[in-house]
Amino acid sequence: MENPISLSRKTILITGASSGIGKCIAIMTSKMEAKVIITARREEMLKETLVEMHDNENSYVVADLSMQEDIDTLVDQLPKLDGIVHCAGVGSRQLCKFVTREELDRVIGANFIAPVMLQTAILAKKKINKGGSIVFIASHGAAVPTVANSIYSASKAAIISYANCLALEVAQREIRVNCISPGMVWTDLIVRDGLDEETLKENEKTYPLGRYGKPEDIAPLVVYLLSDVSQWMTTTNIKISGGN
Amino acid sequence: MDLQEFIINFAYQFEDADSSEIKAETEFKELDEWGSLTTLGVIAMVKTEYEKTVTGAEIRSCTTVEDLFHLLEKK
Repeated sequence: MENPISLSRKTILITGASSGIGKCIAIMTSKMEAKVIITARREEMLKETLVEMHDNENSYVVADLSMQEDIDTLVDQLPKLDGIVHCAGVGSRQLCKFVTREELDRVIGANFIAPVMLQTAILAKKKINKGGSIVFIASHGAAVPTVANSIYSASKAAIISYANCLALEVAQREIRVNCISPGMVWTDLIVRDGLDEETLKENEKTYPLGRYGKPEDIAPLVVYLLSDVSQWMTTTNIKISGGN
Repeated sequence: MDLQEFIINFAYQFEDADSSEIKAETEFKELDEWGSLTTLGVIAMVKTEYEKTVTGAEIRSCTTVEDLFHLLEKK
């Protein structure tokens, strides 16, 4: 029997593929035989990701998705896609009373405006095939409030709402749109933005499965959503959070 | 860094405590209002007012407000 979740003959675009969850998704989708195009801002790190990927004529495009010009240049270069994984994003930890306009612009810009405008360009330039699959990496934080997480949570809730409406608009072409909402995953994103490692390790113990996630915990779910076995799934937001 | 100014900035992170009660020798972890929220407030205040980074663990390692002031001075 052929592997039902094989991605062979599929072309997939992955944003935020230079590190963390995005990098892991890039490696795993290539190993599932997809032809993968990865994008991020930092060329050196994209090259490092590419080295770890299974070689199926994969390629990379350097792009800063906060710049409309970069989005347009990226999309012009793309072949027709069977899958898109919107993984690029930034973290933020700030009490409500310390929120600044700059921080709000940074977080909403990276986590909401950038993926929306990329998706707009992909649709407008007809770069997604019938039967394709679009996956947004959101966050469990969108549904569950935690202290100092207001802007980040709101940015992820916004992308989930957007994804649900997008799903309705593309359903006629059998294109599916789903979100994944991970709990805390050990990546630079959570370590860099505010909470120290000791606090995180203490919090990790409160997870029913006893630990935060690893990028390898998330990537197989993305593969599943990109594959044809999930062809009757759309407008879903899947929580994956070690029981938290 | 000025100690008196730091004490004012530190005390400002408390919503209900009488800020005149917070002095250099105050053992801040004993204050009723001390907790994770005030810790995060102090971390953010140190970053915005002094452009320095301090962790929750470092703050917890101090006993008095002045201890924290000296810890930040060395950064």
